[in-house]
Amino acid sequence: MKEVKKEQIMKTALQLFAKKGFYNTTIADIAKEMGMSVGNMYNYFHSKESLAKELLMYISQIFGNEIRKINETNISTKEKIRKIIELYFVMAENDPALVDYFLRVYLSNKEIFANGCEGMLCVSPFVTEIMMFFEEGVRKKELKNQDFFVAFGLFMGYIAGLAFLRGEKIIPTSLENYVDAVSENIYNALKA
Amino acid sequence: MHSKLKVLWIDAVSCNGCSHSFLNYPYLEDLFEKIEFIYHPILESEEFKITDFDILIVEGALKDNFLRFDFDLKQLIKVLFNKAKKVIALGTCAVYGGMFGEGLMFDKEKEGIFHKYKNKIINISGCPIHYDWLIYVLEMLSQNKNIILDEENRPVEIYSFTSHSGCNRNEYFEWKIDAKWGEKEGCLFYESGCQGPFTHSNCNRNLWNEINSKPRAGMPCFGCTEKTFPKVGLFETETFMGVPANVPLGATKRGYLTLAGIAKSLTNERLEKKLFRYKNEKNNFKN
Repeated sequence: MKEVKKEQIMKTALQLFAKKGFYNTTIADIAKEMGMSVGNMYNYFHSKESLAKELLMYISQIFGNEIRKINETNISTKEKIRKIIELYFVMAENDPALVDYFLRVYLSNKEIFANGCEGMLCVSPFVTEIMMFFEEGVRKKELKNQDFFVAFGLFMGYIAGLAFLRGEKIIPTSLENYVDAVSENIYNALKA
Repeated sequence: MHSKLKVLWIDAVSCNGCSHSFLNYPYLEDLFEKIEFIYHPILESEEFKITDFDILIVEGALKDNFLRFDFDLKQLIKVLFNKAKKVIALGTCAVYGGMFGEGLMFDKEKEGIFHKYKNKIINISGCPIHYDWLIYVLEMLSQNKNIILDEENRPVEIYSFTSHSGCNRNEYFEWKIDAKWGEKEGCLFYESGCQGPFTHSNCNRNLWNEINSKPRAGMPCFGCTEKTFPKVGLFETETFMGVPANVPLGATKRGYLTLAGIAKSLTNERLEKKLFRYKNEKNNFKN
């Protein structure tokens, strides 16, 4: 039961962070939105920082699980690229708070995560699945064998950048319209 | 079996490296109280003839149209197989084909021409073999004890381990700290091609000549006990987009990547820097 409640608190916090910003949101705000006392909130998260870290792991796990499903599907690497991009863009459209949290809280406020989320500690499920995807693509000779970060930066930097622009409303239409073109570009850049 | 085990040791297509490794055994005299070689290619023995014996040792690989003692090699070994109580395929060449040809029970990944005699065969792979591996098998046979074998007929006492087990660089493997060839510190798995984590042997539990092993000395394990030996690019770690193509035996790729990612995210300051510093130290002792 405690885990279910924690998940509800994280989802609530996620929405508030997206609406008001991480620093402008207090534990009291989250408690109020949950209809809980602040004292009770501390039974679940002893600080906003610890909530932030668990939230990061929670999101990373959601992304990781979804990419894992794609990894375990028997389709070509080219099709997998499309599926991953579709997944990311649909998530960015339907649940922008998730992507927002990654970009605006995690990547922009490293000091919150410096202690306990070093390296890939809190994003391991997501990064592991991306590595699995790349590794298999090279093993099947469908992707070019190159440095992991060169490929990772090209892949994630590109789509996260578009999600950011969409969040700023600079891109006026749904990211779902960009799935095909972006998939094509990424495949062309990474293919063997 | 006889009070003294009669062993016929023949060399097929071989470099005699396994014989030489065997001759480093420091207690040969004790061994010769329990066994006798009725023929050995290097040790003094009577001239080769097809006679009665207990154990056949084949050192080296098989090849078509290869003569040994004026017999066709494969025909000769077939005759000897029928006379032998047990056959020891000695060295990776005899087990899998290795450097020179085909093995007895295996021809690399495929079944070899003597696979049908597998109930007689004990495989001791290695390039070369460690003398203790052969001694263990001979001792067990001389005492008429059962040797437990794995699915490739290798004694589990030796081959259930990986050569990673007991490696004194394991601390560096845990923390994902790389080493260059010959360095005292660091793990040779990440860049230098060490195959220890997926090579069956006890090289780091039962040291060579009682003192050392390749990885301990700074040289990567090159997987000489495996059917894939010799690989191309022995001293480079094959990677796919930075991910090792081979992960430790028994681990899933996903499990390995998760663990490696976590280890890489953290640091062990003591191991990040050199443990040994020889230059510019004021207290260095000069000879």
